[in-house]
Amino acid sequence: MTDNSFVRTESHPDLPPPVRHTGIIRWMRQNLFSSWFNTFLTISSLYLLYRIVPPFLEWAIFSADLSGSTYQDCTSGGACWAMVRVRFDQFMYGFFPTTERWRVDIGFLLLFATAIPLMIDGIPGKKYLAIFVFAIYPFVAFLLFHGGFGLEIVDTAQWGGLMLTLVLATVTIVVSLPLGILFALGRRSEMPIIRMICIGFIELWRGVPLITVLFMGSVMLPLFLPPGTNFDKILRTLIVMALFAAAYMAEVVRGGLQAIPKGQYEAAQAMGLSYWKTMGLIILPQALKIVIPGIVNTFIALFKDTTLVLVIGLLDFLSIIQSATTHKNWLGTSTEGYVFAAAVYWIFCFSMSRYSIRLERKLDTGHRN
Amino acid sequence: MATTEAAATTSPPVGDDVAIQILGMHKWYGNFHVLKNIDLTVYNGERIVICGPSGSGKSTLIRCINRLEEHQQGGIFVNGNELTGDLKGIDAIRREVGMVFQHFNLFPHLTVLENLTLAPIWVRKVPKAEAEEAAMSYLERVKIPEQALKFPGQLSGGQQQRVAIARSLCMNPKIMLFDEPTSALDPEMISEVLDVMVELAETGMTMLCVTHEMGFARKVANRIIFMDEGEIVEQNEPEEFFHNPKSERTKLFLSQILSH
Ligand SMILES: Nc1ncnc2c1ncn2[C@@H]1O[C@H](COP(=O)(O)OP(=O)(O)OP(=O)(O)O)[C@@H](O)[C@H]1O
Ligand SMILES: [Mg+2]
Repeated sequence: MTDNSFVRTESHPDLPPPVRHTGIIRWMRQNLFSSWFNTFLTISSLYLLYRIVPPFLEWAIFSADLSGSTYQDCTSGGACWAMVRVRFDQFMYGFFPTTERWRVDIGFLLLFATAIPLMIDGIPGKKYLAIFVFAIYPFVAFLLFHGGFGLEIVDTAQWGGLMLTLVLATVTIVVSLPLGILFALGRRSEMPIIRMICIGFIELWRGVPLITVLFMGSVMLPLFLPPGTNFDKILRTLIVMALFAAAYMAEVVRGGLQAIPKGQYEAAQAMGLSYWKTMGLIILPQALKIVIPGIVNTFIALFKDTTLVLVIGLLDFLSIIQSATTHKNWLGTSTEGYVFAAAVYWIFCFSMSRYSIRLERKLDTGHRN
Repeated sequence: MATTEAAATTSPPVGDDVAIQILGMHKWYGNFHVLKNIDLTVYNGERIVICGPSGSGKSTLIRCINRLEEHQQGGIFVNGNELTGDLKGIDAIRREVGMVFQHFNLFPHLTVLENLTLAPIWVRKVPKAEAEEAAMSYLERVKIPEQALKFPGQLSGGQQQRVAIARSLCMNPKIMLFDEPTSALDPEMISEVLDVMVELAETGMTMLCVTHEMGFARKVANRIIFMDEGEIVEQNEPEEFFHNPKSERTKLFLSQILSH
């Protein structure tokens, strides 16, 4: 270490290309076999995959049966998808009268046709789409699903399957977000009474398991109502689930509100913006952006929690599948039922997750001050 | 309520009428007496620089003027209207009083142009096209019209502070409050912001500015106020203030900030 300055006589050897651009071998060496422990993990994972994936594919695809009308017709030894095929309509519509099922189709098609463009950039007339989706569509959907104005009334007891799950999830999600925002704002209000009410509400609902709340809504609530009042069971479930979800949403949103620097409030106030304008134009757009992952997380949890309605006897997507697999013709197909249910739930939840990532990217406007 | 010459001002009125009058004002944070018996009259068109050691209550004082902080005793009158708990009255006063903050406080989710037009559109109900036109003219005044469509996070500190000044001006305020507008900036950006403020002073705007930029104070202030421990210790014209400070505390403070 005596001489620490020198002039290089030969040119510098080429640097290896950046990791991302190198061949698969190097990638594997760096990511899978970088130490003996990683090598061990890699090899055990490969072994596990080998033990799981081929048998699963064999069961689910190569030796599966799609035709047949009872479990006995499934003879290939693999999955008995015949059950799903035969019962498919029921899984989708529950006991909705067969002749009226087009109404459900139209209802959901209308929702997808208007709500999805709302989420895509660069589509003109979003203002009108939004007005339709949030102000008009709920009434249209109610008419289509429930009936009236010349359409045959379909009692909600006949609702079921994926249709019921989607109704429960959509209504709960759409109601719980604005409600949760209000409770979050209330919890940070400077007015003690409003603050106390909001804290009480949030903590009450958060402290009770959803199952308990559902039982209360379906079994106990009617006991307190005057006899003879017929308060629809699904409506009761919707209310209870929306309030439950709103309490969680409120805490997620509050996390975002707390992350907004005080200077943002002060700048808005100093310009003479009122409380609601400050919140609506300055604070909430930033706070909600921060908590998109949390909001979507809550949505996903909610979507899956709709399955709990089976404890109060509603035939949502999961419970209608369960009841099909316990029918005497299809005894033994519960694995097929659960795999099918899992796949459908996964598609919905994964789409929500992807959308939230896109939304986050889109709303990213660079550094905060 | 006597609103006449109770305030002990040392400098002669610059304009005819009074823009801000503070009479026997006190403020506490809990038990902590931040502002003690403040008397101050600011005339229209006057430019006042407030200085003093950290924690002396400078920010608190100017934040009381647009009610970001509430005072507990005495009176504050802005354009003849007293600041009370009445929310409508406060909003009316805030529309007339612009404020520029140390940390800019631009809205990061809005473009520069949207930052500027937000209050005119939502508070003053100016049509959007008109608000944008006005905003562009203010951006030209602060010399960054080409940044209109960028987000604040994409600008340098000096540019952000100039946007913040333009944003306040878009509301056509009669009075501008500045709370250490240059102290969060890198040294090379300070002058671009001070230049804008000097130009603003030349338009005759009533300005109250908390700053330790003594060069700026010398150049534009009609009066310099020195605060310490929640009191106005001394106020005077710049020349007198710098060359002939009366109180020991002022001398000490000046020796500290002018020594480097
Ligand atoms: N919200 C608050 N609650 C309690 N004390 C506060 C609050 N805000 C400020 N203070 C105290 O009041 C005093 C005056 O604060 P202020 O911010 O007005 O000082 P300043 O003169 O602006 O100082 P600086 O030059 O550091 O900005 C300080 O001692 C500060 O600690
Ligand atoms: Mg300060």
